[in-house]
Amino acid sequence: MNQIILEAKHVNKYFEDPVRIKVLSDVNFTINKGEFVSLTGKSGCGKSTLLYVLSTMDTAYDGEVLIDQEIMPKSNESFLAKIRNEKIGFVFQFHYLLNEFNVLENVMLPGLKLAKFTKEEIEHRAYEKLRLLDIEKLALKKANQISGGEKQRVAIARALINDPHIIMGDEPTGNLDKKNSDLVFDLFSKIVTELNQTLLIVTHDESFAERTNRIIKMEDGRIII
Amino acid sequence: MKKGILINIAKALLLARWRQTLVAATGVTFSIAMFITLLSFMSGLNDLLDGLILNRTPHVKLYNDIKPNVNQPVNDVAAFKDKHNFISSVKSDAARIAIYNSGAIMKNLDLDNRVLGFTPRLTAQIFFNNGSTEITGALNGIDPIKEAKLFHFNEYVTSGDAIDLNNESNTIILGKGLAEKLIASIGTIVQISTSNGERFQLKVIGIFQSGLKDFDDVQSYTSIKTVQKVLIKPNDYITAIDVKLKNILLAPALAKEYARVYELDAEDIQTANSQFETGSFIRTLISYAVGITLLVVAGFGIYNILNMMIFEKMDSIAILKATGFSGSDVKNIFIYIAVSIGIFGGLVGLLFGLIISSIIDQIPFVTAALPTIKTYPINYNPNFYIIGIIFSLITTYFAGWFPARKASKIDPVIIIRGK
Ligand SMILES: Nc1ncnc2c1ncn2[C@@H]1O[C@H](COP(=O)(O)OP(=O)(O)OP(=O)(O)O)[C@@H](O)[C@H]1O
Ligand SMILES: [Mg+2]
Repeated sequence: MNQIILEAKHVNKYFEDPVRIKVLSDVNFTINKGEFVSLTGKSGCGKSTLLYVLSTMDTAYDGEVLIDQEIMPKSNESFLAKIRNEKIGFVFQFHYLLNEFNVLENVMLPGLKLAKFTKEEIEHRAYEKLRLLDIEKLALKKANQISGGEKQRVAIARALINDPHIIMGDEPTGNLDKKNSDLVFDLFSKIVTELNQTLLIVTHDESFAERTNRIIKMEDGRIII
Repeated sequence: MKKGILINIAKALLLARWRQTLVAATGVTFSIAMFITLLSFMSGLNDLLDGLILNRTPHVKLYNDIKPNVNQPVNDVAAFKDKHNFISSVKSDAARIAIYNSGAIMKNLDLDNRVLGFTPRLTAQIFFNNGSTEITGALNGIDPIKEAKLFHFNEYVTSGDAIDLNNESNTIILGKGLAEKLIASIGTIVQISTSNGERFQLKVIGIFQSGLKDFDDVQSYTSIKTVQKVLIKPNDYITAIDVKLKNILLAPALAKEYARVYELDAEDIQTANSQFETGSFIRTLISYAVGITLLVVAGFGIYNILNMMIFEKMDSIAILKATGFSGSDVKNIFIYIAVSIGIFGGLVGLLFGLIISSIIDQIPFVTAALPTIKTYPINYNPNFYIIGIIFSLITTYFAGWFPARKASKIDPVIIIRGK
């Protein structure tokens, strides 16, 4: 039972500035539900660019991106925002927590936006995610009062709050030391096995990539394996 | 639910920068307070000045003007009827200054439901005999009860009681300037003479002060009966009817109608006092212009604060967009911020406006020209407050709209790449 969650069909992308260069050329691949995939390659080969295209935040590309077997339109900003809210979770290198809110509220934000559940239910679910990531005790701390590793774990909890189809990460361990990045990796494995989540993580870390189910390797805007 | 989360985010951003927010709100408060104060004061002043003239002026005045008859006999001669006839040295005919059939006209006015009330008047040019000198003056025959009701006559009678004109015959109320010239006070008997040489003695029962010196120097009031006696005229002889309407705006139209129906002259208040309306209009215009200018300045303050906030919160905006908030959600967040500054600053501004105007209302303002005024005039019209809060909402909305639009257009990819 291999349900396709994410699919790229002939994705090409150019940057015009300062000269026209091709950053993605004919990218094709599929990711199935429950897969833990890492995306690697040399710096500048187009990993981040591909991830932004797949995440629907960048719509200036040719070809098709399908999320949950649905073709993503290239305009309709509010529809894409809804897709991101409901179906995609993000973890970036930088945590992007809102300092005005506490940890719990940060995790709840995308859930409140989706408004599929009541506020109480969302709070309950946020606590569940925090417990899963072992940071329940930080719930009521302000976002700027916790450590870098903890922030990244809060960001993962936030990515999980709406039970998305896929979680995308752009070097989520890039800023962390060995101990913390191992911890984050373990948490990723945990959400894949326990929640049957699908993960697509861009990383430079060889040992991180090796431990995932599958490696997609890029070179000069192409997928080589 | 969805709105609630946007409002919560707006609130959090606001509170995180409460100092700047407070400064922006203070700008709005200041301008709204000034707006309210100015408008209340200016319109208080307008009311006062209007009261000075307009309250005492009939909306429509019916009278017979002294002028040549337009129907000269030559025009009725068949041979010259369709010719243009030049007639020189035509004289006015003065015999007709009385209003004919005044009883019937007044009966009709009584039935006219556009009319609030009317008072008959009779004016005679007389001389006050003051020893060897004669002072020219006007003796107005009035109905003191109706005059008080329609034209606030009693407010200007500074000593004595106007009603006494009805209670005692051969009595007179003198203008303040006139009384001073005659060295007359209440109880004094003054002697008057008419152009026909008739002499009368009238007892002073009151002094009035209108605030217009030229007026107070020559005018005097008595009952209609007394004037009829002085002029040796029958008791239906009156020279004018002052009409007050329910709606002042109808005055020009009704003046025309009455002139046609009753075949006499009718002057409306707008024609008689057009300069007062211009003055009021200019004062109101100035208040609005100042208020709006201040608000625009306050609007720029809000614009700046929001721009700064957006610049500082680029990361937050990027992650909100990445996690599913749309451009219009982001825009609404910043518009909520702007408008809540507007509501808060505006409401406090209304309060301060009320406080400042009530302080001005307490400042003594005593002038001989305005006997009834003791403090600076203030008009507490609730409309000013409604207009004030609406203005503050509109300005802050627009001040917020441009930065909010900018925020909504932020591309999260650029921000996230930049890290
Ligand atoms: N806005 C842009 N305009 C022009 N060229 C760009 C722009 N953004 C990225 N590029 C170029 O596109 C290429 C791919 O960039 P990208 O960020 O996807 O690389 P990456 O694989 O993520 O690298 P890294 O591992 O260092 O993050 C690079 O050569 C980069 O210089
Ligand atoms: Mg990158």
